[in-house]
Amino acid sequence: MLYAILCYHDEDFVGSWSKEQDATVMRKLRLVQDNLAKQGRLGPAARLLPTTAAATLRKEEPPLVIDGPYAETKEQLLGFYVVDCKNLDEALDVARDLGAANPGGAYEIRPVGSFMPGGLSK
Amino acid sequence: MTDTAWIDAALTSARPQAVGALLRYFRDLDTAEEAFQNASLRALKSWPQNGPPRDAAAWLIMVGRNAAIDEVRRERWKAPLPEDDQAISDLDDAEEQLAERLDGSHYRDDILRLLFICCHPELPATQQIALALRIVSGLTVKQIARAFLVSEAAMEQRITRAKARIAEAAVPFETPGAVERAERLLAVAAMIYLIFNEGYSVSGDTAAARGALSEEAIRLARLLLRLFPSEPEIMGLAALLLLQHARTAARFDATGELILLEDQDRALWNQTMIAEGLALIDKAMRHRKSGPYQIQAAIAALHARAERPEDTDWRQIDLLYSALELMQPSPVVTLNRAVAVSKVKGAEAALEMIEPLAPRLSNYFHFFGVRGAFLMQLNRNDEARVAFDRAIALANTSAEAAHIRKHLDRLMRDSTPKGTKSAK
Repeated sequence: MLYAILCYHDEDFVGSWSKEQDATVMRKLRLVQDNLAKQGRLGPAARLLPTTAAATLRKEEPPLVIDGPYAETKEQLLGFYVVDCKNLDEALDVARDLGAANPGGAYEIRPVGSFMPGGLSK
Repeated sequence: MTDTAWIDAALTSARPQAVGALLRYFRDLDTAEEAFQNASLRALKSWPQNGPPRDAAAWLIMVGRNAAIDEVRRERWKAPLPEDDQAISDLDDAEEQLAERLDGSHYRDDILRLLFICCHPELPATQQIALALRIVSGLTVKQIARAFLVSEAAMEQRITRAKARIAEAAVPFETPGAVERAERLLAVAAMIYLIFNEGYSVSGDTAAARGALSEEAIRLARLLLRLFPSEPEIMGLAALLLLQHARTAARFDATGELILLEDQDRALWNQTMIAEGLALIDKAMRHRKSGPYQIQAAIAALHARAERPEDTDWRQIDLLYSALELMQPSPVVTLNRAVAVSKVKGAEAALEMIEPLAPRLSNYFHFFGVRGAFLMQLNRNDEARVAFDRAIALANTSAEAAHIRKHLDRLMRDSTPKGTKSAK
């Protein structure tokens, strides 16, 4: 079963990491990702730019464009993974491994309903 | 989270909100800073054992406030001052009341106020920057001194002086009205840009120490944008800083010499920063409320979008500079525009454009660098040499001087230079 792991973290905090701290986290995360990839269990993954770069379309009539992220929360959606896991326990294990590499914040583990891998031309 | 480096990052990110709230509470900068300092020390002891609190800023505000009140109580016990009773009972608020006073609706104005008092108009730019880095960013005096290439004692004195001047001035604690808030926002934006430039206009050998200032400016710009997410000029400011900073790795060669934009290895440009900058410009443009930061960011975006120097849309850059000239007339803007004009219409037209600037830019390094380059393109080599000599005399950094010297060397070597400015 596919699970989306949605990464929430305080972006002020993440933005206060030094370059070395950021690189350390990314290196540790890479190890977890590589391990999943080797088992053929890692789908698309993304690190999102800061919420300040976001815009939100509210589907009112007429639709309204708002600057900033959809939800004003203490922790923000900063990235996601799609991973193949047998069950929630296994998905939680992946999240724990990722969490050990990147402390703080929270992961929302969300089973995927339908999955379209898509195809980017570039 | 046992590593103190992570606690440092948490303290740094909570600092503007916490110090801002404590400042509103105590209405005294030193007290607020000291309270935050005390809270930070307690955090270093408590967080590794108990884990970090969910809301680090709220924790620091509460602990800092209590520590400062204890301090006042101790002082009062030592030397009772009856007339202070009122003040003390004021400080004795129930925690719910405090929670209310520290409620999120103040968050934005707290941080804006904290930034704003650093850009008091009576403070010279260097003091504004130093103060903001100390108070808002929480850099140590030593770190700031290193970035400014002055001794720690000199920097300590500069910050103390700035603080004294601010203490004399009335700090505005009322919640600002819309017009005042907009004015504060622009003053703060200007200061953030100053911090960025302090880190950007450096020579290669000191780039590492000062580059941190540019990164800090970007962090502050993002913070400001999070507080005011719909302000196109703040989007423009953040975009401008990101697009310029994206070129950092390509700006200096191995010997620390400056590399001109058109000679830079564009593969070294940071694509993530460029993506963020372009996204912000896109958002800003939708507001159709132009401003100097947006225009400058749009110019930087045109450079970022050009895969090769010859792909640069100089005609559009010329138009953007002419818009900037109208909005913010300055000889430096005209000088920059002339570079675009030289690409579109040739060096002769560009030279004509900058001649009237000579009296006002007679001590400006870039004026003579640009003038020399135009003259060189027109094969007026003797005049070019004079201009370059003057530029070297006015150079602010060794990298700037070295760059001009390359032009001079080429003039000596090559009696009939081609029509490019490139030194490589």
